[in-house]
Amino acid sequence: MSFLTRSSTHRLADRLFRWLTIACAASTLLLAGAILWNLIANSWPSISRFGFGFITSTQWNPVKSEYGAASSIYGTLVSTAVALLLALPVSLAIALFLTSYAPPWLARIVGTCVELLAAIPSIIYGMWGLFVFAPYMQKTLQPWLARLPGPLFSGAPLGVGMLTAGIILALMILPFLTAVMRDVFAMTPPVLMESAAGMGSTSWEVTRHISIPHGMRGLVGATFLGLGRAIGETMAVTFVIGNSHRIAGSLFAPGNTIASTLANEFNEADSPLLESALIELGLILFAITLIIQVLAQLWLRSLQKHQAR
Amino acid sequence: MAELRLPHRSPGARKAMDVFIRFFSVTSATIGIFFLCWILWVVLKRGHSVLSLSFFTSAPPSPGEGTGGIYYALVGTLKMTGLACLMGVPLGLLTGVHLAEFGRHSWFAAAVRFCVNLLMGIPSILVGLFAYTVIVLSVPKHYSGYAGAFALAIIMLPTVARTTEDMLLLVPDTLRESTLALGIPRWRMITGILFRAARKGLLTGVLLSISRVSGETAPLLFTALNNNYYPKNLGRPTANLTVTIYNYAMSPYENWQRVAWGASLVIMAFLLGITVLLRTLLRERSHR
Repeated sequence: MSFLTRSSTHRLADRLFRWLTIACAASTLLLAGAILWNLIANSWPSISRFGFGFITSTQWNPVKSEYGAASSIYGTLVSTAVALLLALPVSLAIALFLTSYAPPWLARIVGTCVELLAAIPSIIYGMWGLFVFAPYMQKTLQPWLARLPGPLFSGAPLGVGMLTAGIILALMILPFLTAVMRDVFAMTPPVLMESAAGMGSTSWEVTRHISIPHGMRGLVGATFLGLGRAIGETMAVTFVIGNSHRIAGSLFAPGNTIASTLANEFNEADSPLLESALIELGLILFAITLIIQVLAQLWLRSLQKHQAR
Repeated sequence: MAELRLPHRSPGARKAMDVFIRFFSVTSATIGIFFLCWILWVVLKRGHSVLSLSFFTSAPPSPGEGTGGIYYALVGTLKMTGLACLMGVPLGLLTGVHLAEFGRHSWFAAAVRFCVNLLMGIPSILVGLFAYTVIVLSVPKHYSGYAGAFALAIIMLPTVARTTEDMLLLVPDTLRESTLALGIPRWRMITGILFRAARKGLLTGVLLSISRVSGETAPLLFTALNNNYYPKNLGRPTANLTVTIYNYAMSPYENWQRVAWGASLVIMAFLLGITVLLRTLLRERSHR
């Protein structure tokens, strides 16, 4: 009899515990939903006032209460693109160095150093960027780049601007990209690499024709990861991008991103419409992140299916 | 990879390409290390001069003159991070337990997993914006340390949940089966046996989430703001390290900027230390 009562208490406790974990798990669903709902609800005044024109308008005029997101969206996309363009080849090369060129002891040291780049908080990247790196850009790198033809590197070298922000973003996503790429390269079956090398391929040809095609899906996944990281980065960018609501063709020009506009102007927003427009900017950033996430997870799922086969 | 077609190039060109790539890869590794050293050096050089014991125990300096410390900001950050842990860690832990123990294949767990990944990828400034709309905007509008802690907890939750799930899945199923076969109820099996078996992994998750939030500035900008007074209760704007760094670094006062660099050095040392600790914890796992 006592055995029976005990087992029923146990069953009750088990059920309670199970429901507790379900409640906690449900909180994540609730949170994700609440974030979306709150962003939409609070940006509604701006959405109903400006409509779809908000996305394409380059106006940002608190005096006339005209707001548009185009410059922020442009800056977000351009700075992220610069960061990816710089970080992808460099992280690929570092991953190569770690997996195939460096002796193990050196690979461990270099690997740790690159990983430590991820431990530096974004505000320190920002301070270093503004006080140390931007002056260096202004005096050395930008005058040198300005000699190149084309509109990308034209205009006054201000130090701060789109290019500086992109370079710092590239540094910040470098450790994440490198970590994934190193894992991807380490997963290449040795037999394939050895056969290619046995046929007389150079070590780059083994990488180019065996490791990279074999790990292509993982490499694309790494790109998504870097994209997601760079696109919402706030503090470092706010320090060095120059904060101007203008779209300029040159990478030297100051600009802004969605995140930097929010960080700069939200606390000073004195009209309800401006606050609502800023929250709508946040909603757009959320939508972009959501799309990247969905694509990345779909991609990952197809990757798992591919590996299962 | 059905067929492999190598381009026809002269051996010399192929060799040159190989050497070039080798060179490029060494250069890239050097670039990574160079920037790390550059940043560390700058923070060390500009931050070390203000560091002393009194830097940790004194009030912030007045603008323009005098010296001071980061006592209030340090206390505020510790209080908010602690409160965030109290909210984020249990929620994340139990979410992870659900994913690993009850819902390995259910559609509910799949939806939760998606949301956890989504929350992990959300830019932290949006979390701050969300906390602003939920807590700060509640009537009457007031900024508070609670709102800051709430935002930090949202950032911690998915990290803890993901690591907990991964770490519990590393525990072999035979342990679960033999425990259940002894007649031990499931919740005891999880809290008594599995948590014990995976305790290092679970600790890793908690540390990881703490390291993720302790350098965060963006989620506190619209929630905790900053304050020049001792953070006795979190119901008001609360002093904290990162926003202090931001405000002081952007200020025109040289003594404030010095404090900003000193505080940066403190945070960076803490984060580098915790990262190295995490690495050793994870290395031990993979060696066993």
